[in-house]
Amino acid sequence: MGHFFRHVAAAFLLTALGASSAYSAETFPTRAMTYMVTFNPGGQSDREARRQEPLLKELLGQSVLVDYKVGGGGAMGWKELVGSKPDGYTFAGFNIPHVILQPLLQEVGYKTEQLVPVCIFQRTFLGLAVPLDSPYQTLEDFIAAAKAAPGKLKLCGSGSLSGHHIAVLSLQKQGGLRLTYIPETGSATQMTGFLGGHYDAIMANSDDLCRFKDKARILAVTSAERMTLFPDVPTFKEKGFDMVLSIDRGVAVPPGTPTPVIATLEKAFMDIARRPEIISAQEKEGFSPVAMGHEDSVAYIEEMTKFYGDILKDVRKK
Amino acid sequence: MDFSFTYLLDGLWTACSPINIFWAAVGCLVGTLVGVLPGIGPTSGIAILLPLTAKLGDPTGSIIMLAAIYYGAMYGGSTTAIMVNIPGEASSVCTAIDGFQLAKQGRGGPTLAICAISSWVAGTLGVIGLSFFAPPLASLALKFGPPEYFSLMFMALALIISLAGRALLKGLIAASFGLLISYIGQNPLTGTSRLTFGSLDLMGGIDFISVIIGLFAISEVFSNVEKHTRYMLAHSKVDWKPKWAEVLYCRFAMLRASVVGFFLGLLPGCAPAVTTFIAYDVEKRFSKHPEKFGNGAIDGVAAVEAANNATSSAGFVPLFAFGLPTGPALAVLLGGFMMYGLTPGPMLFQEQPGFVWAIIASMYVGNLLCLLLNLPLISIWARIAVIPFPVLGPLILIFSVIGAYSVRFLMFDVWMALLFGVIGYLMRKFRFPVPPLILAVVLAQMMETSLAQSLMLSDGSLSIFFTRPIAAFFMCLAFLAIARGVWKQAKSDGLEDACACDSDD
Repeated sequence: MGHFFRHVAAAFLLTALGASSAYSAETFPTRAMTYMVTFNPGGQSDREARRQEPLLKELLGQSVLVDYKVGGGGAMGWKELVGSKPDGYTFAGFNIPHVILQPLLQEVGYKTEQLVPVCIFQRTFLGLAVPLDSPYQTLEDFIAAAKAAPGKLKLCGSGSLSGHHIAVLSLQKQGGLRLTYIPETGSATQMTGFLGGHYDAIMANSDDLCRFKDKARILAVTSAERMTLFPDVPTFKEKGFDMVLSIDRGVAVPPGTPTPVIATLEKAFMDIARRPEIISAQEKEGFSPVAMGHEDSVAYIEEMTKFYGDILKDVRKK
Repeated sequence: MDFSFTYLLDGLWTACSPINIFWAAVGCLVGTLVGVLPGIGPTSGIAILLPLTAKLGDPTGSIIMLAAIYYGAMYGGSTTAIMVNIPGEASSVCTAIDGFQLAKQGRGGPTLAICAISSWVAGTLGVIGLSFFAPPLASLALKFGPPEYFSLMFMALALIISLAGRALLKGLIAASFGLLISYIGQNPLTGTSRLTFGSLDLMGGIDFISVIIGLFAISEVFSNVEKHTRYMLAHSKVDWKPKWAEVLYCRFAMLRASVVGFFLGLLPGCAPAVTTFIAYDVEKRFSKHPEKFGNGAIDGVAAVEAANNATSSAGFVPLFAFGLPTGPALAVLLGGFMMYGLTPGPMLFQEQPGFVWAIIASMYVGNLLCLLLNLPLISIWARIAVIPFPVLGPLILIFSVIGAYSVRFLMFDVWMALLFGVIGYLMRKFRFPVPPLILAVVLAQMMETSLAQSLMLSDGSLSIFFTRPIAAFFMCLAFLAIARGVWKQAKSDGLEDACACDSDD
């Protein structure tokens, strides 16, 4: 009797093992997954993960745990991700240009190319804005004032050599002007300083500007075409600047993750990114929804790495 | 967002519906709990419950509960600080300084009761301020730019160093050491690593909670081991009732600290840690018995508890008025609003007055619930006094380790807590004051950021701190405090050892 059970158990085990090794790719996922968020709970990355979590569960048939690994502007989490087991059960939200700029600037424990993008699902364009009582009505006014008094206009953004800073550097270079860029530690402190009238202008994310649109005059945005959210605001591009810049959010897996596993995750994330209710919710909050799959994302990151690398080289020459 | 009694009464009506009272009570209970547990603070408490509330689908109930966690934590935080010298949150560091001394004297119960009462008074006063004066107060918060922040921080540090009594030099050394500790990691503005010696662990910086747990709780255990303590708290008589005379004695301390805590609490970044230190210092200067501060001053504890609750109420002013969070916990709460598609700001008051006023009104109810919840618990907490040290000591160590680990789930933080236990032990031995170190660690990042920003604004000229009125006011106070400290030091040369340490026994 005992033997019989043992045999049955062994047979079951073998079948299970065989099945899991042979069909692992097709049957992925078979257990709960971890969605790592590298910024604080309640932040935009977290809110996006929370929005996706129930849908992922529905599409993949497994529960998804949102876990936080906060620190170093996201670097702590990305370092942890590239060292995780590449089986698709651990994936993390990632941000461009953060994952490009951090490894370019210093040793952070991961390299940009080690993060394997699954999908990029959200885009935030940047906007240059002034307070409502500012004398500058248009981008031209602002540029003329900056040229007339080099370095006198104070502009705040979030972080140093961050997406905001690079946008300002590129504006300065192309416009032949000089501003005083003052870094703030995040979007909340940045908006506080701006609303308090401590700065002449701000380079901020479109979602933040959307929240405070009744308190700021947006002079130009970094999107390629005018944003549906601010139809009256010109783009830098139409004003003759080669400045199509954005902060992008996506999700990535560790290097070495099997292609079929990536494909499964990609399919789920792309499905979510294309849902009308997700698109309209993002648009309402001031974001530009996108749906870029694995290969498109890889190419996009390569292109952006070159773009940011060139600007940094330029900065360092000085 | 004009005030109207109709809105407030409507809000009160909504807040008093059974289901909303239930959510407020859950929030108060969870808040008290995360306050009591070291390491898990209101930020993680709210973060943990946020996804659960998102599934409730009832924004009013959810936000009422999440807000209650935030202010409820201020009630619970004092408990472990007083009974076993583990300040689980930055806001209860100053509570530990005097509260633990009182507990050792067998007055843990009455002290906890005073804390609860003081918290309620200040919490309620804060909500009154929030209901009636939110719009003008909110614009006050925006007046603070980088130079104002730097001057305020500079003043706080000057005050706390002069608080080191006559051991000015030791206070300065402790503060400098604190600044040094917080430089480890990344430059807050540029993200450049410094003092990390190539270690990726150090790149994330040394977590503040490990520092306070080490300096207070773990070093306390070390020195008790050295002294062969049998009972950590000298008296085993359990007494929890507040003496009304003491409550009356503390009434002005509560009021003063509520005002200080409320106004400073309006400022983003001035989390309870900063406001409690300043309120504690202000109270020491007003007290009839300043010599008791550091050795068990009940009015000191009352002031600190009042300040941190007033601060937590004040934080809602910029949050509701502009959607600007003053600290990490409120940032998570803001995330909660946004998950429901609600953006705090003037528009929210116009579009959803019922919702906003229900939240505000629920805070009156919630503060009362916190008081009612905490008073009966006191007799349980006070019994910690009768646990013999050979049992209590290891328990404190276990909770310290769990507390340090639970912040970022890194073993590195646990090692740091133990290291700071050793440092704290040595500081006690050599009579270095701990508070300047703690405050320096708390302030360093904001001080550095605002200094760098101010100097960028002024093209490197220091005059920016003296030409703007608010900044100049704080700078003058800071220099007065320094002058006073130097003068006292000169007057009482040689007495250093007699009263060197505010935090030691």
